[in-house]
Amino acid sequence: MISRAEKSANYIVLVAFAVFALAPILTVVQSALGPPDEGTGSSVAGLGNFADAWRIGHFGTYLRMSVAVSVFVVLVSVLLSILSGFAFGVMRFRGSGPLFYLFLLGIMMPSEAIVVPLYFDLRSLGLTDTFWAVALPQVAQSVAFGTFWMRAYFRSSSRALVEAARLDGASTRRLLWQILVPLARPAIITMTVLVFMWTWNEFLIPLVMVTNESLRTAPLGLAFFQGQYTQGFTLLAAGAVIVATPVVVLYLFLQRHFIAGMLEGAVRE
Amino acid sequence: MPSPRRTGSPPGEPRRIAYLYLLPGFVVYAAFLLYPLLRAVQLSFYDWDGLTLGRWIGLDNYREIVSDESLRSAFGHALILIVFFAVVPVCVGLLLASILNRAKVRGLPFFRTVVFLPQVVAMVVVAVAWRRIYAPDGSLNELLGALGLDSLQRGWLGDYALALPAVGFVGTWFETGLVTVLLLAGMSRISGDLYEAARLDGAGPVREFFAVTLPSVRGEIAVASTLTVIAALRTFDLVYVTTGGGPGNSTSVPSYEVYHRAFELGRVGSAAAVGVTLTLVILAISLVINRIGDRDTAQ
Repeated sequence: MISRAEKSANYIVLVAFAVFALAPILTVVQSALGPPDEGTGSSVAGLGNFADAWRIGHFGTYLRMSVAVSVFVVLVSVLLSILSGFAFGVMRFRGSGPLFYLFLLGIMMPSEAIVVPLYFDLRSLGLTDTFWAVALPQVAQSVAFGTFWMRAYFRSSSRALVEAARLDGASTRRLLWQILVPLARPAIITMTVLVFMWTWNEFLIPLVMVTNESLRTAPLGLAFFQGQYTQGFTLLAAGAVIVATPVVVLYLFLQRHFIAGMLEGAVRE
Repeated sequence: MPSPRRTGSPPGEPRRIAYLYLLPGFVVYAAFLLYPLLRAVQLSFYDWDGLTLGRWIGLDNYREIVSDESLRSAFGHALILIVFFAVVPVCVGLLLASILNRAKVRGLPFFRTVVFLPQVVAMVVVAVAWRRIYAPDGSLNELLGALGLDSLQRGWLGDYALALPAVGFVGTWFETGLVTVLLLAGMSRISGDLYEAARLDGAGPVREFFAVTLPSVRGEIAVASTLTVIAALRTFDLVYVTTGGGPGNSTSVPSYEVYHRAFELGRVGSAAAVGVTLTLVILAISLVINRIGDRDTAQ
C-alpha cells in the first residue's frame, strides 16, 4: 500500500512541477494584461495592450500570413501524406523499402541543412519573398512525417479489412476514401494538429525566405518586434500572447487526443 | 479479377498504381527536401559568397569545422545543450514519473495538460518570456533579491560564463514535461505483478526502481532521448532570439552558425558544410540511440 505521507508528497511534486512549467507562460500573460508601457498613447490596461500591439506591431498582417501558410501546408501535406502513406502501408511494389527510407530521412533532417541551398536556388528562380518559398518547403517536411505516420496507421489496422474489401471488388480509390480514411480519422486529426503546430511555430524558414514585411509569419513578426520595440515589456508580451494563442487554444480543445496520439506515435517509432 | 501474384499479398492488389499514389507527395518532397540536401552537399565543397562565381575547394570547409576555434566551440556548445535538453530532463523525468507512478494520483490529466504546454507554445514566445526572466531587471533577479541573494544578481544572458547554461536551462524547462509524460505512459503499462513480486522479495522503492521500472521503460527512454537530443542539436530560434550567439560567441551553436555564415558573413559553402555535418551528427546519434533501445527492449 502507498502511505498517506507518500500520497501527499506526490501532490507536492505534481503542484511544484506544474508551477515550474506554467510560471514563464503566466509571466507573459500577466505582463500583457498589466499597465501599458509609456509612450504607446493608450491608458487602458489589459485588453487595450492587445489592440496596441495589433496596431503598432502589425500583428494583424502577420497572423493573416501565418493562417494562410498553416492552412495551405496542413491541407496539402495531409492530403499528400494520406496518398503516399496508403501506398506504403497497403500496397506492395518494387522499391518500396528504399523509397520509404528516403522519406524517413526527411524526418531526421534539420531545416538548417536544406535552407541554405534552397534559398539560393529559389532566389535564382525569383521565388524568394513569396508565399510559396515559405509554404512549400514546409509541405515537404510535413509530407515526410505524414507519410511515416499514415503508413504506420494503415499498416497496423487494415490488413483484414483491405482483403475483405478487395474480395468484394472495391476499387483502390474506394478502398482508401470510403473505407480506410473514415476509420483513420483519429490518426488524421492528430497529424493535422501536429502539422499545424509545427507550421505555425516554424521560424527559420520564414526568416530566411522573406524580407518583405507583409509576408512575415507571426513568430517572425514577434522576433522583429522585439528587436525594434525596446520600451517596456507590456506590448511585447501582448504580441507574444497573440502569436501563441491560436495553437494553445487548439491544443486545449484537442489535448486528450493530441497527447495520446503523440505518445502512441513516439512509442511506435 | 486477377489472381494473387505472390503468397501473402491480398488478392487483386495492383502494383503499379502505388506509384501514382506516391507521386504527388514524392515530387514535393524531392524538390524541396532531397534536392536541396544534395545541393547542400555540393555547395559544401565550394568557397562561395552567394553572388560571384564559386571556387572548388574540396574538403576545406570540413577541415575548417575541425580547425576553426569558433566552429569547434559551436559544436562543443551543442554538446553542453544536450546535457540540458536531454540528460537532465530524462533523469528528472525518470524520478518524477516513478514517484507519480507508484500511487494513483487524482488530477493527473490536468497535470499532463499543463506540463505538455511548453511544447505547444512557439519557441519564439518561449524565448521572449525567458529573455524577460533573465533580464537585469527581470524576475529571476527580483527573486534573488527577495531571498537576500543580491550578490548573485546579474544580466544572465550577458554573462560569458552563464549565458550558455541559462539558454540550456530553457531547454530543461521545455523538455522535462514531455519526457515525464512519455515515461509515465511507459510505466503505466508495466504489469503490477512485477512490482508485487519485487515487494515480496523485500525490495524497497529504490530497488524496485532499478529492478523493475528502469528496465521496463528502456524503449521510452530511447524515444525520449532521441527527441530531446535532436531538439538540442536543432536549437536555432531560442539562440537567435535570446542571445544571437553572444556574448562573444559563447552561446553560438551549429544551427546558428549555418544562418550566421550563409546570410550574415556571406560564406555559403562553409554554412552548407556545417549544415551537412549537423545532419550527419543527428542521423548518427538517432541510429545509436535506437540501436541501444531496440536491443534492450527486444530481449
